[in-house]
Amino acid sequence: MAAWLVRRLAASIAIIWAVVTLTFVIVHLAHGSPCGQSDGRPVSPEVCAALTRQFGLDQPIWVQYYKYLGGLLHGDLGWSFALQRPVADALAEALPNTFTLALTALIVDFGLGLALGIYQAARERRFADIALGNVALFVNSMPTFWLGLVLLLVFAQRLGWFPVGGPRNPILCPRVDSLACVADFAWHLTLPALTLGLVGAAGTARYQRAAMLEVVRQDFVRTARAKGVRERRVLLVHALRNALLPLITLFGLTFPFLLTGAVLVETVFAWPGMGRLAVTAILQRDYPIVTAAALVASVMVVLGNLLADALYGVADPRIRVRGA
Amino acid sequence: MTVWNWLALGGAAVVALTVVAAIRRHTRISVAGRRFFRHPSAAPGLFVLAFFVTVALAAPLVAPYRPYQQIDIDRLADHAPSTRFLLGTDPYSRDVWSRLAYGARISLGIGAIAMLVAVTTGVVVGGVAGYFRRWVDAALMRLVDVGLAMPRMFMLLMVVALWEHVPLTVLVLLIGLTGWFGTSRLVRAEVLSVREREFVGAARALGAEPARVIFRHVLPNAAAPIIVSAALGIGNVMLLEAGLSFLGMGVPSPAPSWGNMIADSWQKMAVAPWGATFPGLAISLVVMALNAVGDALRDALDPRREAA
Repeated sequence: MAAWLVRRLAASIAIIWAVVTLTFVIVHLAHGSPCGQSDGRPVSPEVCAALTRQFGLDQPIWVQYYKYLGGLLHGDLGWSFALQRPVADALAEALPNTFTLALTALIVDFGLGLALGIYQAARERRFADIALGNVALFVNSMPTFWLGLVLLLVFAQRLGWFPVGGPRNPILCPRVDSLACVADFAWHLTLPALTLGLVGAAGTARYQRAAMLEVVRQDFVRTARAKGVRERRVLLVHALRNALLPLITLFGLTFPFLLTGAVLVETVFAWPGMGRLAVTAILQRDYPIVTAAALVASVMVVLGNLLADALYGVADPRIRVRGA
Repeated sequence: MTVWNWLALGGAAVVALTVVAAIRRHTRISVAGRRFFRHPSAAPGLFVLAFFVTVALAAPLVAPYRPYQQIDIDRLADHAPSTRFLLGTDPYSRDVWSRLAYGARISLGIGAIAMLVAVTTGVVVGGVAGYFRRWVDAALMRLVDVGLAMPRMFMLLMVVALWEHVPLTVLVLLIGLTGWFGTSRLVRAEVLSVREREFVGAARALGAEPARVIFRHVLPNAAAPIIVSAALGIGNVMLLEAGLSFLGMGVPSPAPSWGNMIADSWQKMAVAPWGATFPGLAISLVVMALNAVGDALRDALDPRREAA
């Protein structure tokens, strides 16, 4: 197990390194410049030259690459041209927001998805199953950001139940430090998290229904039924435990989905997370942030896969990797 | 909307129905065809696809206005749906229905072509990796690992921002070339199992070149999962295009892709929701139809995964 883990970790680091290098190359083909347009005033050539030298942009690309990697190993992600602050600071501010959003969405995704999938499987080929199946297929096919717009229109603008955007009330709650402000934060979080979670939940439900139906046809379920175990218990205990396995793969795949979705959903809801930071940085050609964001995103993807594989080993003794 | 537009729209529905009926008739002789249509959402899904393709092809007939035409920026911007403007007008006083019809060409076209690029690349890479195994396989699959860990949306945004004005063809190529990693894994797995079968050995014994063995003998026998993943992949590409265009980094602006239409109108969502709602609905419908057809194809072509 330990050897397996070491090998997987090494492979993961190699993958992340490759993604970072690729991003670095793409970015440096563009010649991002620190003579930014952050306030629209033209920068004099002398200042521009000085800045270029200060950020080391006049050096050959491999020197820059070497320095960048060296910085990375020391936890130094560089300096943002547009924000005039260390990239790490900007990320540290944005990441918790994205994690809260993604985690809440994940709970909606799997909570709702599991419940729906199990319910549909229990009602197989009856009206409720078919109707819910079609609804799930439709929701699963929506562009996430468009669902966000529709939810905004209905629940924020027309009904006024939820705020139209942002993470909190900037006047009453400049920071989340009281119970009222936590509630305010949750209130602001609801719509974006629902947007991200619903599309995922629809997919999870489809997946879970299929997994349940596959398990329900197996002999041990028939045995349980023959013993006179109640149907509810057969489904929720005997079948569900085995039908949860394929969900682990889905869990690993959901990570990148939530991240990609977050890029768009954060834009719609003016949520100050990673996605919005990255999009703004791309628009402003603030490349140090872009590279760092790509790094974080690829780390998430790799971690998601690693976590899923490890969970598999825990959950299913049949495929546990032996020493090797 | 004139009488002629309505007639053309009705005509499109009839054409779509005829197409579905014809496909059904022609596939009835095969087991797979019958199994495909036994899936309850196969026929409706196929109908939706045929309908939108017909509308795209016949856009000049079903659309009352030209897609770029600003009808009257003073008085007819954000006009509500009416008999004259079936789906209303957008903030630039362009007819939403006309843009939707012409936009079907762009959105469906991008989906189909990018997917074709992705599937071709994926099939070639997966086929080569699975057939030659050893270091070729190892090298290609590590490449795929990196590709799968790459935040795709992100990379695309980056490249588009970098080149500033990316022509549509390049965008389509980029989307295609960043979308083949999953397919190649699938193909490789399939090839690994097919290449051990006797008929492949026979072909090789008869002196067939590797390329011939791969493309004439191995891949046709691995076609089922490829077709299914292609059907599901088109939907993915359409969603991706919509997302990129929404951020202003996709199809260059005045062109009426469905994602662009949402991008043009979403700021006016509160006063004129039709501008962003209908294109999103169109995307959802088409992607749903593609997913339904993909599911049905899987049931039809891959008997191992029947039921469920």
